[in-house]
Formats: sequence, structure tokens, C-alpha cells
Amino acid sequence: MTAAAAALRRELIGLGGIVERNIYLTKRYFLWDVAFMVWTIANTLTIVFIARAVHVSPARENVLATQLLVGAVIWAFLGIIFEFLTETVAWERWEGTIEYTFMAPLSRSMHLGGMGVFAVLYGMIRATILFFVVAAFIGIHMPDANYGAALALLTIASISFIGVGMMTSVLPLISPEKGAQLGFVAQGLMLVVSGVYYPVTVMPHWMQWVAKVSPATYALRGIRASIVHGAGVAWADVWPLLVIAVAAIPLGLAIFNRGERYAKQHGKLKRSG
Amino acid sequence: MSTSASPIAGSTSIRGDVPAVEVHDLTKVFRRRDKRAGRFVRRKRMPALKNVSFTIERGECVAILGQNGSGKSTLVRLLSTLLLDDGGEARIFGYDAFRETRAIRRLVNRVSVEASFFKKMSARENLSYAARFYGMPPSVTRREIPAILEKVGFPSDRQGEPMENLSRGMQQKVALARALLTSPVLLLLDEPTTGLDPRSKLEVQEFIKDVRASHDATILLCTHDMAEAESLADRVGLLDRGELLFLEPVADVKRRYGVETLEQAFFAATGRVFEAEHNDEDDEYREVFA
Repeated sequence: MTAAAAALRRELIGLGGIVERNIYLTKRYFLWDVAFMVWTIANTLTIVFIARAVHVSPARENVLATQLLVGAVIWAFLGIIFEFLTETVAWERWEGTIEYTFMAPLSRSMHLGGMGVFAVLYGMIRATILFFVVAAFIGIHMPDANYGAALALLTIASISFIGVGMMTSVLPLISPEKGAQLGFVAQGLMLVVSGVYYPVTVMPHWMQWVAKVSPATYALRGIRASIVHGAGVAWADVWPLLVIAVAAIPLGLAIFNRGERYAKQHGKLKRSG
Repeated sequence: MSTSASPIAGSTSIRGDVPAVEVHDLTKVFRRRDKRAGRFVRRKRMPALKNVSFTIERGECVAILGQNGSGKSTLVRLLSTLLLDDGGEARIFGYDAFRETRAIRRLVNRVSVEASFFKKMSARENLSYAARFYGMPPSVTRREIPAILEKVGFPSDRQGEPMENLSRGMQQKVALARALLTSPVLLLLDEPTTGLDPRSKLEVQEFIKDVRASHDATILLCTHDMAEAESLADRVGLLDRGELLFLEPVADVKRRYGVETLEQAFFAATGRVFEAEHNDEDDEYREVFA
């Protein structure tokens, strides 16, 4: 094995270690996960029931409910990714393992990448359960849905989401007290400008411009088209997602490395208490 | 130039013709909000290490003594690549501790005063997770983890229990196992026995002696336990308020100050009694360097 291949193997084992740890923790906190799932379902129902209150034809009501459901599921999915990445530092600091993790010979790209990979897998399982439970509860009919295309778009969008999540994951490193909350602010702002429950066209002009650089805009548009109209994976949605991903991942890593350097200079890379 | 490599060190080669640790004029300054500045935010410079210089040869065990807030943990964190310096230099097996961090991280591991684990995870799971960062695949850790836990005297029937159910002594044994699992050539021990009951303390100390005898490891032990330093280390240093006052064999220290104990040597070197002092300034130091 060449030196480069051996180094890559070590890095991938490290990435696997992050995924493995999160699987252990998910198993240990399983009941907490069940409770969180129930809360998410209840929260999503409060949004999707809005479609029932609008006096339109049953067919239009079904489409509206589906659109709201897609928005709520993407919100929940993005919430998982941001939560996992933003808490990369916060969890370790709280458990006291932060110094051991950050002095280990694992590149930060694999460290954050491992968190991102687990978040996407975990988020997709939760999003699937959420989607079908709420659809069954409300009685939404999706005879034309192209689930394969929706899943493909969500996977492509996830790369950009991980990149943006990497940018926010540095916040708890710089500000142990407020960092995690600022990550959730970033998530909320991204969804507001991306048309989470409404078309982007209803927003002020300047917000529509901001929507163009948000990966959630294209994910929501493409997934809604797949679920409601049975559309395939549209290149018009894919290429912006790929462009944003190519920019967001290196930018996210660069921002994190800068933040880590700041934390090392100021003695903030340490456990709480 | 001769080189060798530990199994985990992987691509990081270890030069045989350089000291394990070389520190020259190492300085670290923290800036903290000045509590006496009133409503205006003013930052006060708090020097944690002041021009510290020393060398540790390969295979040596060196103890750095110091009270809380003396800068011991800052020194360990600098050598662990967790802090950036504000002057001077530090080299580990010839690698720059602040610029060649990837190489150094393969060579160093540590045990600190707090065992620091994911509390809901078991000893086996915590070790497995930590070992992956050093490139150890499941096929290796399945074999190595039970073996190393047995070696540190950890009961095999408790390896699957969450860490939160274990005593501090047990947790510290797992911490030692975690550090040794990656076969470090430099082991940084930051008060590894503080807070342990006498029996656990003795067990950990015995294990450190065993590591010295059986592994090709250099050890830097930071402690405020003078008896521990005297029993484990080849040379003993005293760090006081960020300054390294001496670093030499215990017999030389006693001869230099004309005293019989390290406590007396501390008093002779600083004019203060070890551990007995307490004032507001010390509290400030403790807050900065904790």
C-alpha cells in the first residue's frame, strides 16, 4: 500500500469512528430519540393541518398539504444536520472529551465529514418516518410521487447542507455560551429565505436574491415537484446544488480551521467545568 | 540519523538523534476580562508560562511539580497541540509542536486529571471510538481493547457498562488504557492520580512504572504530589507562577537547597509553603489556567 493510500485508509477509519460513536450514542439515548420524534410529528401536524383550514377544492387542499409537509420535513431534516454539526464541539465540550478529540491525528475534514455523514443518514431515517406518518395521519394522497427523485435531490442537497453546517459548527468553539444558538439562527434564516412553506416569489425582492444562494431553495423546489407532480431529478435544481456544495465545503472547512486557530490562541479549546 | 516508528505512529518517523522534548523560552499569555475595570471591558494580560526552557531525553520520565495555577496544564496543552504559543519554541522528536501538529499527534497521547469520556458509552465503546482516530480498524481493536483493559486491571465483566456507573479510579484506568492503546512515544500525564482513593492512586502509579519498564515511552508527569514525583521521575522540575525554577534529579535539588524534602526545596525556592497559600491573585491564576 502506498503512503497516500495508507494515510487515506487511516482517515477513513477515523471518519468511520465518528459514525460509530454516534451510533453508540443513538442506541444509548434511544428513548430520547423516540420522544423527540413524537414532538417532531406533533409539530409537523400543526403545520400541515393549516391546509385543512383553507377552503379550496379537495384536490387543491391535498396539494397544499403535500407542499406544507415537504417544507416541514425538510425543516426537520436540516435541523438534524445543523444540530449534529453545530454540536460537534458542544457535545465534546460537555462530555469533556474535546481535548482528546482535537489532539488526535484526524483531519478536521474527516472529523466534520463523519458528523455530516451520520447526520445525513440519521436525518433521512427520521425524515422518512416523519413524512409517511404525517401523510397517513392527515390522509394525503400522493399517487404520482417520485420518491426516488426526491431522495436523490435530498442526497445531493445534503452535501451543501453539510458545508453550511461546517460554517456554523465553529460557533460553539468561539463562543461556548452562545455558539450553538447562533447555529440554529443560521438554520432558521436559511429556511425563511428558501420558501419553506410558501413560494419564494411572495418574499421581498432582496430576499429572493438571497434565496438564489441557499441550497434549501433548490432542494425544496425539486422535492416538491417530485412528490406532487412526479417529476424526475431536474438539472435546473441539481447544478446550483452542486455549485453551492463545491463552494460551501471548502469554505466551511476554512472557516472552521480559522475558528480552531482562534480557540487555540485564546485557550478556548477545553472542556467545560 | 537513525529513525524508528511505533505501530500507530504510521508515517511519522521518529528521529533517534534528537531529544524527545525540547522547549526553549516558551511563553503563553492569556487575556482575561479585568474584573476591576468596572463597566468598561478591559482585557488583562495573564502570563501562564514565562520563557520556560527544558529538554527531556528519549525514555526519560520527568515530573513537573507546581501548585494549582502554576502553568502545568498550560504546558501539557501546548505540547498536546491544543494551544498556540506566544513566543519561544517547542519540539517533540524534532517536530515543531505548533506547525507540524499532524506529525506530533501520532506520537503523543495524554491522561489528564479528569478521565473525560462519553458517560453513556461503555469503556470498550469509548476506547474503540478513540482508537479509530489513530487509524486502528475494528479487526485490531476487537483484539487490543480487552487485552489492554485487562493489563490496567479493569474487570472484564464491566467492559460493557456505561462509564457513568464506574468509580473515578476505574475511569482513570480506562483513561490510561486509552492513552496506551495508541502506543504513544510521548505520554503526557497531567495530574493522573489527583482525587483518587489511596488504593487506586497506588495502582495507577504502579501501572506508570510498568509502562516505563515495558514501553519505549517518554513520560512528562505534571503533578502537585511531591511523593509521586519523587517515586516515578528521573528528574523533577518546579513550575511556579509560569516560571520553571529548576529541573534536575531529586538528589541534586535537595543538595542545591541544602534540604531533606521537596516541600522544603519548594519553600527555599519560592519563599512560600507548598499548597498552604491562598489569596485573590491566586484565585485569578487558577481561573486562567484551569
